[in-house]
Parts: sequence; structure tokens; C-alpha cells
Amino acid sequence: MSIGQEVTNTPKPAPAKPVRRLADVIFAGTARSSGILILLVLVGVAAFLIIEAMPAFTADSKDIAGGKGFFSYIWPLVFGTAVSSIIAIVLATPVAIGIALFISHYAPRKLAGPIGFVIDLLAAVPSVVFGMWGLQVLAPQMGPVYKWLENNLGWIPIFAQGSTTGRTIVTASIVLAVMILPIITSVSREVFLQTPTLHEEAALALGATRWEMIRTAVLPFGRPGIIGGIMLGLGRALGETMAVAIILSPGAFTWALINSGNSTIPADIALNFPEASGLKLNTLIAAGLVLFVITLIVNMIARYIVDRRREFSGAN
Amino acid sequence: MSKRIEVNDLHVYYGNFLAVEGVSMTIEAKSVTAFIGPSGCGKSTFLRTLNRMHEVIPGARVEGDVLVDGENLYGPTVDPVNVRRQVGMVFQRPNPFPTMSIKQNVLAGVTLNSKKLSNSAADELTERSLRGANLWEEVKDRLDKPGSGLSGGQQQRLCIARAIAIQPEIILMDEPCSALDPISTLAIEDLINELKDQYTVVIVTHNMQQAARVSDRTAFFNIAGTGKPGKLIELADTQTIFQNPTQKATEDYVSGRFG
Amino acid sequence: MTTALVTPEEPKLDHGIEENPVRPAPRFAWLIVLLASFAASAALFAALGFSIVGVIIVGYVIYLIAVTVTYSAMAGRRKGTDQLMRSLIYGAFVLALIPLVSVLWTVISIGAPAISADFLTKDMYGLKGVVDKAVVEQGAPLQGGALHAILGTLIITAIATLISVPIGLFTAIYLVEYGKTSRLAKSIRFFVDVMTGIPSIVAGLFAFSLFGILFGIGTKNGIAGAVALAVLMIPTVVRNSEEMLRIVPNELREASLALGVPVWKTVTKIVIPTAASGLASGVTLAIARVIGETAPLLLAVGVTMKTNVDPFNGPMNTLAVYAYNLFKFPLNPGYRDPSLERAWGAVLLLVIFVVLLNLLARFIAKVFAPKTGR
Repeated sequence: MSIGQEVTNTPKPAPAKPVRRLADVIFAGTARSSGILILLVLVGVAAFLIIEAMPAFTADSKDIAGGKGFFSYIWPLVFGTAVSSIIAIVLATPVAIGIALFISHYAPRKLAGPIGFVIDLLAAVPSVVFGMWGLQVLAPQMGPVYKWLENNLGWIPIFAQGSTTGRTIVTASIVLAVMILPIITSVSREVFLQTPTLHEEAALALGATRWEMIRTAVLPFGRPGIIGGIMLGLGRALGETMAVAIILSPGAFTWALINSGNSTIPADIALNFPEASGLKLNTLIAAGLVLFVITLIVNMIARYIVDRRREFSGAN
Repeated sequence: MSKRIEVNDLHVYYGNFLAVEGVSMTIEAKSVTAFIGPSGCGKSTFLRTLNRMHEVIPGARVEGDVLVDGENLYGPTVDPVNVRRQVGMVFQRPNPFPTMSIKQNVLAGVTLNSKKLSNSAADELTERSLRGANLWEEVKDRLDKPGSGLSGGQQQRLCIARAIAIQPEIILMDEPCSALDPISTLAIEDLINELKDQYTVVIVTHNMQQAARVSDRTAFFNIAGTGKPGKLIELADTQTIFQNPTQKATEDYVSGRFG
Repeated sequence: MTTALVTPEEPKLDHGIEENPVRPAPRFAWLIVLLASFAASAALFAALGFSIVGVIIVGYVIYLIAVTVTYSAMAGRRKGTDQLMRSLIYGAFVLALIPLVSVLWTVISIGAPAISADFLTKDMYGLKGVVDKAVVEQGAPLQGGALHAILGTLIITAIATLISVPIGLFTAIYLVEYGKTSRLAKSIRFFVDVMTGIPSIVAGLFAFSLFGILFGIGTKNGIAGAVALAVLMIPTVVRNSEEMLRIVPNELREASLALGVPVWKTVTKIVIPTAASGLASGVTLAIARVIGETAPLLLAVGVTMKTNVDPFNGPMNTLAVYAYNLFKFPLNPGYRDPSLERAWGAVLLLVIFVVLLNLLARFIAKVFAPKTGR
């Protein structure tokens, strides 16, 4: 049996290219190309959107819907997108942190698993379902609330003119909050569970109550995770289409958030796309490009925060 | 089938870090050679260069030659896969394949290399390898059960059976008993004694008594300090190393003065 | 039992950082407070006019105040705060259950009556608004169904899976077995994570633009939809698979390589079979995530009322788009209810699919996992 070759006249072997089997080279090459393909897809998403959006940027401003150019078209949508997402974040964050703490530090150990599953289920419900539920169930409930707000706080511009149907950007935001709850919960829960037991026990050994232990050991440790989770939730809320498209009765920009009116980029695209053609189509794709860029930035910040935390804790 | 190993001035690097420096030694055929030394002295690293398993670690590379019966493992046209088919290896912790039965585990090396075996040849090879690993009597009635259902010591002997099923020339063992209880350890040591009738066996061990019990020759590795490379201090008959070493460091180590 | 070393009334705290010692409180004090709060709230609303929502909200607020005050009085201010936070955290959990229960209840109660043999075996082709008028005014049975949408959902999701699984799995293999911590691997990991956040409608716009440029603007078909879904699905497949491959012990790879098995066979014959159940469960979850997508399919596939099983040719329909469309644009705007019923029926099917896929994923992960224990 021969393993290698005879060493007869080896001049100190220069570190030659290692011998590799063809099948290994092909397999490794396929794996690597798949990875590169994914990067190319991401580039492709940007490239094709830019190509198709170009006409909207270069067209004569009076040809753009609204007649005042792309910028005038897009800013109320950006405003609506931002406002609805921020309201959603503000509503969802405390509840999500509460649930995460409930699962990690309050619920009986046996229940923690099933509860996690229920929250995951919330994440699995298709967005169109939330939209339909928001319009048919939630919106009618919100009508009286908006009337009450108008009667009592109507002097504040955002509470002027309460809608009776409830088809407002605030209702849409509440549904968005429900939809982003699971993502914030799961990221927070993960970091809460990573809190060093030693810190927790040290706090308890000093006679801290459960809440004091959480305040002094768990929350400071989990803060970057919570922030990362919020950013991820924000990314999702910014891009969520169906809930807003179904619930909101869209219209021009208005400060009265509890009235119909306003719209968001994804809802505007979904509502107008099926009938659009020509420059209108390009305008909508340009709006999508703007959305893409915004969510890309938000997600990159989120990932940066979450990843840094991961390296720091040594957990993976 | 059993071959002699000759190592000429071998350096092992991790990236730019020199892990093992200038090892030259001869390992005799049909004998058991033990590597001893303190943690981090490079004995396991060096062992892995004998079947090019160190290449699994990113950045690891060697300079120097390892000759097996005169043929260089590091020749430019040598495929590491072929090297490993000739130089088998047993690891610290038993690692049977969890998706396979006992029999499939034994035959894994052959079947994964797409060699077709007739049923009778497969049965015959299974029995021969398991007998060779002193495991046949214990498992012959449950060859189709998962290998992970065995005890730790049995799993380790299963791994030895798996290694000898591909009929290597040389068997490397990297602290094969460190995860086992004393009874299982004894069984493995007995087995090593039998294996040397057919194979060249190289064993890394932390346990000096074990080295004294199982090996014919012993190599002592040492390290000058953290960040320094490991070195071969001396290689001699086991009796000499333990009773009459030539080096002061060896004597200090085997008499328990450090390490 | 010897006598307690520390008297419960006055704990000796020698480290001197506690200014407000905690005293023990009766175990079920909170329950009594809870019942009392809701009783008070109910009494209040009985006087004002009953409202279940009002009773719950006001009862909870009364409870929060009462429980804080009670525990502060009984066991010290710190215990009061602790109990307040505990109540808020439990409250958050219950609050999250409300929409979940309400959504599921709505879907089942409205959707279930719509589901019939007809609903599963007929499409909406040629149906006019008058049939819904007949349903409402004469109590005629619901006509038309979601067959075309069911088929479309299955076909488009299957194609998306066929595209995403090889790319995703091979990428995961690259990351775990080859790239490890190289710069390329790190950037792939980062951008895959970023890709997870691509809004679904942007994926739809991408597929629409891509197919528009390749085959003429306005090309809408099943494949375009599958491409859009694949863009959404790939990141999930990559991350799930990567996690599953990573937990395969390195010892198994070494054992295989030491037997003289080449790397590619070690990966395909040892690593992947060991991780198989986890990989399958990850793919199932990825399918569950995209099966209910609406926006990208609305853009890239379009809508049709007719059964179309050819993904290369013309618009198709899917359950989510079907539901959205009937919900938003009822067959007969004067008689909305039959269309809403169909929409909720479609959504119920979708939710059933999603729940089944989730359960299937758990089942696969549990039952087919290789036994590593002794």
C-alpha cells in the first residue's frame, strides 16, 4: 500500500497548494456561490428598484401624481409611515418587555415553554388577518374612544375631529403594535435569560425583592438587547403593508391622527399598484425604494446593536 | 500491516504562532508509543500532524516531513484523505455517529467512501472489527441498535472498531480514556496491548501510570512557558523514561515534581 | 427544628444598605385585593351602566393602586413596589392574550360557516354580484369558493421553497463548514440578517421590476410571486439551518474526516443527517412565515377569479390575496356580508395551514431528532 510519494529528491517542499478532491472543490464552490448569490440578490433588489424608479426622479414634476414632484408626493407618506411606526413602538415596547420578563422571571418554569409558543403563534398569524380583524373588530370599538378624545382633548391638534368609524392611523398603529409585539418579546426574552445567574443571585442574596433584582441585574444587562429588539420591531412596523392598507381610510396629510387621512408608503403602494401604469408605476416603485432604504438603515442599526451585545456576552 | 513513522524536524504553526518546534523522532512498527507531557505542550497537536487532522483547524500548518515507511505524508501530491485512510484516529471523547446503528458505525469508514460491500462481506467485516475491539460479545445481539445507546467505554471501543474496520497501518489515540471510568479504561488498555500485534499505535495520555502500563516507548514533551512552542524533550524505552531519564525535565515530570 | 436565628419581625441586616426592611406579607393577600378591586369596579359600573370592558380596565387600575398601598402598609414600601411591578408584568401578559384570542375567535366564528365542500372545490369564475344579493335576501346558499386560491397558495409556496431551500442550505453550509469567521462569511451573515428585515412589499416590487425588465413591464405570474417569496424566505432558511448545523458536535466531523472521508461527504452523510430534523423543522417554519404573505403576491402575481395552475402564465390567486380582495372589494358592494364570509373562510384555511405547519415543525424537531443521550 502506498500512502504518499517517495522522498527521493525533495528540495525542501515549498508550501504547495494542498491537494483537493474535485468533488470537494465543487461542493465548497457551490456552497460559497450560494452565499455570494444572496449578497447579489440584495444588490439586485436595490438595482432593479433603482432602474424602475428612475423615471419618477427625472420626470417633470407636474407629471407626478399630485403635480408637485416626487418629493411632495413622498413626504406625507414618510410622515405617516414614521408616525404609525412610532406609535406602534411606544405601545408595544412596555407590553413586550413585560411579557419577556413574565416568561423569563415570573412564569412557572413549566409554563414558560407553552407561553413562548403562544407568543410565537401571534407572530405566525398572517398580516392580512390582523388587517381584517383591525377593521371589522377593533375599529368599531375605537370610534367612541376617538369621540371622547375629541370632546375632552380636542384642543390638541392630533385629537381634533375624532373619526366615528375608527378607520384612522391610530387604529392601524394599535394593530401594528400587536404585530410587532412578538419580535420585541423574543429578542428581549433571549437577553433576559442570558443574565448571569450570579448577578441575580447576588442581588437576591443582598435581600433584594424580585423587582429590585430585575431592576439592578436583569434590565441593565438586557438594555442593548431591548434596544435591538425595538429597532427590529420598528423595521417591521415601517414595512407592514396589509394592516394599514385595510384599516386606514387614507387621505391627504393631516395632524388629526384620530381622523381618517394620512397614509403610509407600503399601504399607498398596495392600494394604488393594481391599477397603476406608466409614470405612476415608476412613482410607486420609487416610493418602495425610499421605504427600502429607510428599513435597511433601521435594520442595520438594529443588527449592529444586537450583534455587538452578542459578542460582548459571549453567547451566541 | 503496520508501518514505521519517521519525523524529521517538524514545526507546527497556528497562523504565525509556532505551536510545536523541531520534532524529530522514529516510531517503531508494531509497538505502542506514548506521548506524555504537561497541558499545552503540543503533544496532541503533534499527534494530529501524523494523519494531517490538524488541517481541520483553520490556519494550522506544518513544516518538515513525516515519513511513513519512507513515504512523505506532506508530499505535494498527497491527498490528506488518503493519509487518513491509512492512519486511523481515536479521540478523547467517544464519538459514534448518532444517526447510525452499531453495525453502520463500524462500517461507516467503508460505506462513506462508497465502497460497495456484499452482505456477507459486511457481516464478516463487522464481526472482525468488533472482535478486534473486544466488543463483539457485548453487542452481537443488538447490532441494529443505535451506537449512542452503549456505555462510554463501549462507545470508545466501538470507535476503535470503526477505526480498524478501514484497515489502517497506524492507529493514533488522543487521550482515549480521559472521559472513561477505571473499569472501561482497563478494557481499553487491554485492547491497546492486543492492537500492537497488528498495528503501530501512538497514544497521547495525561496519565503517566497509563503510559507506563501500555507503552513500549515513551516520548516526553514540554513547554518552556505560555506562548512558547512545545518541544520533544526525549524519547526512549518506557522503562528508561520512568526510571532513568537522561533529561532533568523528564525526571522532574515523571517523579511528579511539576506538571 | 431549632429556633429561627432571625426574628421575622425585625431582620438583622448587618450590611447596612437596607433602609426599608422587608416584612413578610400574607401569601394570598393579593388575591383578596384583586377580588375586592373588581367587586368595587363592578359595583361602580352597576351604578353608571354596565360595560364589561370598563369593569376590567377600572378594576385593574383600582387593583394596581390597592395592591401597592396594601403591601406597602403590610410589608414595607419596597414590597409594595415589587407587588406593583409584578401586577404590571402579569397584566402585560394578559393584555397580549386579548388580541390573540379575539383574532382567533373572529376567524373561527365568522370563517367556519363559510367552509363547505363547495368552498373547497369551486372558484369564483363568472360569479356576479346578484348571487350575493340572493344569499342575503333569499337565504340562498353561498356560491363560489377558494379552490383557485388554495391551489395558487400551494403552487407558489412550493416553488418558493424549491428556490430557497437549496440556496439557503448551501449558504448555511458555507457559513458553518467553510467560511466560519472569514470576512465573506461575516458579511453574508450580516446581510442575511438585514435581509430578514426587507419589507415584504419591497420584495414584491423587486420581483415585479425584475420580471418587467426581463419579460416586459406588467408581467405578472406565479413564478414572479415565488421569487418574491423566496427573497423573504431565504434569510429565515439560512439562519435556521446555520443554527442547526452549528450544534452538530465537531467531534462527529473529526471522526468522519479521520476515517478518510472527504469533507463534502462528511457534510452530506454525517453532518446533514445528524441535523436533519432541525433543518426540516426550520424549513417548515420558514414556509409558515411566507404562506400568508399578501402584499408581494398582490404586486407580482396579480389577482384572478379563475383557476390557473400554470405558474408561468398569467395571474394566479392565493388565499391571502383572495381574502384581501374580497374584503376590500366585495363581489356586490351593496351586499357585503357573503364576500366577507368568503374572506374569513379563506383566512381560516390560512390560519389552519400556519398552525399545522408550526405543529409539524415541532413534531419533526422532537420525534426525528437523533438520540444522543445514553
